[in-house]
Amino acid sequence: MKYLLIGNSTAAIACIEAIRTLDKQGEITVLSKEEQFCYGRPTISYCLAGLTDREHMNYRPLDFYEKMGVSVHLGVSAESIDADKKQVKASDGKKYSYDKLLVSTGSRPFVPFAEGLDKVKNAFTFMSYDDMEALDKALSPEKEVVVIGAGLIGLKCVEGIFDRVKKVTVVDLATRVMPSVTEEESAAMIQSFLEKKGVEFVLGDCAASYTENSVTLKSGKTLSFDILVTAAGVRANTSLIADIGGKVNRGILVNTRQQTSIPDIYAAGDCTEGYDSSIGADRVLALMPNAYLQGKTAGLNMAGGDSEYKDAIPLNAVGFFGLHMLSAGVYEGEIIKVKDENKLKLLFVKDNVLKGFILINDFLRAGIYTSLVRGKTPLDGVDFDMLVEAPQLLAFPAEARAAKLSRRA
Amino acid sequence: MKRIYVNEQWCLGCHLCEYECMYANSGLDEMFKLKGKAGKDILPRIYVEGGEKSPIHFAVNCRHCSGTACVNGCIAGALTKNDDGMVVIDKDKCVGCFTCVLLCPFGAIMPAADGKAAQKCMLCTDNIKGEPNCVKYCPNNAIVYEERE
Amino acid sequence: MDTFIPAEYEVVRNPDLCIGCRVCERQCANGVHKYDKDLGKMIADSNKCVNCHRCVCLCPTHALKIVKSDDTYRLNANWSMQAMNEVYRQANTGGVLLSSMGNPNDYPVYFNKILVNASQVTNPPIDPLREPMETVVYLGKKDVEIKRDIQGKLVDTMTPQLKLTTPIMFSAMSYGSISYNAHASLARAAEELGIYYNTGEGGLHKDFYKYSKNTIVQVASGRFGVHEEYLNTAAAIEIKMGQGAKPGIGGHLPGAKISEDVSRTRMIPQGVDAISPAPHHDIYSIEDLRQLIYSIKEATAYKKPVIVKVAAVHNVAAIASGIARSGADIIAVDGFRGGTGAAPTRIRDNVGIPIELALAQVDQRLREEGIRDNVSILAAGSIHSSADVVKAIALGADACYIGTSALMALGCHLCRSCQTGNCNWGIATQKPELVKRLNPDIGYKRLVNMVRAWTHEIQEMMGGMGINSIEALKGNRLMLRGIGLNETELRVLGIKHAGE
Repeated sequence: MKYLLIGNSTAAIACIEAIRTLDKQGEITVLSKEEQFCYGRPTISYCLAGLTDREHMNYRPLDFYEKMGVSVHLGVSAESIDADKKQVKASDGKKYSYDKLLVSTGSRPFVPFAEGLDKVKNAFTFMSYDDMEALDKALSPEKEVVVIGAGLIGLKCVEGIFDRVKKVTVVDLATRVMPSVTEEESAAMIQSFLEKKGVEFVLGDCAASYTENSVTLKSGKTLSFDILVTAAGVRANTSLIADIGGKVNRGILVNTRQQTSIPDIYAAGDCTEGYDSSIGADRVLALMPNAYLQGKTAGLNMAGGDSEYKDAIPLNAVGFFGLHMLSAGVYEGEIIKVKDENKLKLLFVKDNVLKGFILINDFLRAGIYTSLVRGKTPLDGVDFDMLVEAPQLLAFPAEARAAKLSRRA
Repeated sequence: MKRIYVNEQWCLGCHLCEYECMYANSGLDEMFKLKGKAGKDILPRIYVEGGEKSPIHFAVNCRHCSGTACVNGCIAGALTKNDDGMVVIDKDKCVGCFTCVLLCPFGAIMPAADGKAAQKCMLCTDNIKGEPNCVKYCPNNAIVYEERE
Repeated sequence: MDTFIPAEYEVVRNPDLCIGCRVCERQCANGVHKYDKDLGKMIADSNKCVNCHRCVCLCPTHALKIVKSDDTYRLNANWSMQAMNEVYRQANTGGVLLSSMGNPNDYPVYFNKILVNASQVTNPPIDPLREPMETVVYLGKKDVEIKRDIQGKLVDTMTPQLKLTTPIMFSAMSYGSISYNAHASLARAAEELGIYYNTGEGGLHKDFYKYSKNTIVQVASGRFGVHEEYLNTAAAIEIKMGQGAKPGIGGHLPGAKISEDVSRTRMIPQGVDAISPAPHHDIYSIEDLRQLIYSIKEATAYKKPVIVKVAAVHNVAAIASGIARSGADIIAVDGFRGGTGAAPTRIRDNVGIPIELALAQVDQRLREEGIRDNVSILAAGSIHSSADVVKAIALGADACYIGTSALMALGCHLCRSCQTGNCNWGIATQKPELVKRLNPDIGYKRLVNMVRAWTHEIQEMMGGMGINSIEALKGNRLMLRGIGLNETELRVLGIKHAGE
């Protein structure tokens, strides 16, 4: 069996690990556009802040590919797929054949067009190690930075650079920070925390035009900068599949077995649009735990196993300067709120299940909440008052608790 | 593989395991030197559930489970399952994002005292005790270290 | 207002060692320890302390000790502080003083004044590690009459016997006075050791029927929990006429201790005090006793040995003689230091006689009357060690009952507060949160350890004497010498003085 994997990040690594649980012999080949040894992509902001370094960013030990019997081609990108011949044409001019193909091409930064953008010399995105390294070289204490995008990536970038530059201003069209994972109150709390640190925000506004060192916003406000970072969202890399007529929406469409619409081609990670159990429909869930489980599911199925990934939900853990926000699921239904000076707990309950939650600085044992969301556990079967107080296994019936503690659950 | 199991029926809620855990992982040569440090400079990796009035208590620490949600979700590759099936954290790689805290269904992984990295039970293989100190000093066999599979 | 009675003991905490883990606080059912928020440290109220040492044992940094308080009244060789405090306590309450476990007062311990012999030169000692050393004992009537059938073949006239792998049994402790887990520990240990434990007058919990081969069930004056199945399931039946800790009085289990489970086991109403009368209301003579013995034997098809247990009192030898003629298979004699879950202090501390003297006299009397083989003799009432077992056997016992030392193996520190029901060790309590402190998985192993250790020591001591079986040690008073005893004491014990 010949396995070919396009991409070398979380989904691909998970796929390799899964294949090897079932098939120790099959030939595995990885094509990686990036020249980097696999690394934890979200750790780039920590690297920028000096909290980790390249060596420690390795997602797996250096002997990983060797141990797994994988042939890796770094700096080689896939250009096209021939699904009939089961071949992939690559940038090194070679054709790689496969029996099973995984497309885990990830996503790319979305840079909204605005007039004059091409004149900005110090413009960066914040998606890869190379992006980070380029930005790193540009940073110095006297510089002012404008970050377009107050989403997860934008704010993590802010954290990474904040102590290394003079000033950071964040601009977002949305009226609150991290709009995809917050609601009003949690967003306000985070924004105010960051503002106290000294980060400036211009929300509900967007770039209308650029000069080399300034941006004029729709509102007419002008911000000058030495460095511009655009983190205004990402787009899934779907073209390899779209080009050969595979079904593509915002991401490559996959079923719960991670199969694309084309036989023997699987897809996993940020490039896909798959089933989100929290909304009961397909959507892009560009999240690391999701990428891993998709990759794992794909790998198992590619190697002849039978695996389905049916309980994907949104999950986010993000921290800035010691503030931590952990969240999961969707924010609909009745809100149970526990608020303290600098702590916030929001639980969203609907139809006798915990639909989602947001925890700021009060997140110990949050995984117990996550398991309720993911498992759609009926709340009348647990002591929910106890759970509101604090996530705890004591709130589960004795049998369920015993099953959990038996370490199999 | 030997693993830690809890016998809820015998747990007294005395919390000795938490202190034995802190001592084992403190690197201190005498337990009394935990004075002033316990719960502040060092936090336990085992947690006793059930308040003072609760008739039920039990200790929870890493189950080294088959689901390994923490390993799957770790953004830094700091969490791995080793050849012995033990879930191991490399604290030098951990960046303290706490995705693992969000994912662990047992609530058995937590921030270390400095808040900069996660910590979890590694069955005392990462300290000089060599085998689980919580088990060794549990006065009522409510935590046991044994082969069950 | 009540007169304040100062604490007898003080809890002393070494502040350098205390890490504030609050284990002591959580483990004290008497509420001695607490974390004081105002002071930011642990404090202790010694007045609530019963000195059970639970906190001392569980303190992970050994920061605690309990010392005798040096608070004192004006010294008085006549009025001890304890005597004075007891007066104050009774003036405060108007109540009979209650105590538990055995008589703690400074009466002679004769076992400690008896020395054991060893072989030198002329009859060599035996090394128990190299040569057989029999500790198995059979308890029951040793019928001396040999009968043959018309073919001349031997007729088996042997009455039922109890086989013990070692001459030690756990004495009667009822479910009610001690906890379910304490019972479970004793039962499992008895099974593993090949010996017996005794239900006391608490009935036999359904869960413990599986240990019936190692169970002795008791029939006492309250007849609690007695029914046909109870009798037939046991290995032997003990009629309790008296108890060393409180001769001449009955028992009183407060209603508060009669939980649903205890109520079911004892076949008595829940929450109502259970009174065991002082006498059996159907026994006023040896003949009456014989009737009960034979009723029980009838009910159990003559398959079970019947034990009659009496407290060691002044005329115990004559009483034993009667019992030996009454059809009993075994006589248990319980000395005045035997334990109890609750007894009036005056009774516990002033009634009865030491087991050593009682045992010597009972054995002597039965021998003189030629009826020693009618019965086996069990000695009870503060057997402290294997040496006491050896001495008791040499004084005439077939085996010993141990109660207090068994409870100590389970954690008891002899705080003698059983009557409060607040046992921090999970032994003498029915409170679920305390009962769970005694895990029988641990408890039974500790009992097994202790009895095995004693058995090894018994073998060593017998070997030293050149004796290779318990049978050869039994009543072998030549192996004993008294030390510092007067003529009367030596005569009663039937032993010579050391050097003689």
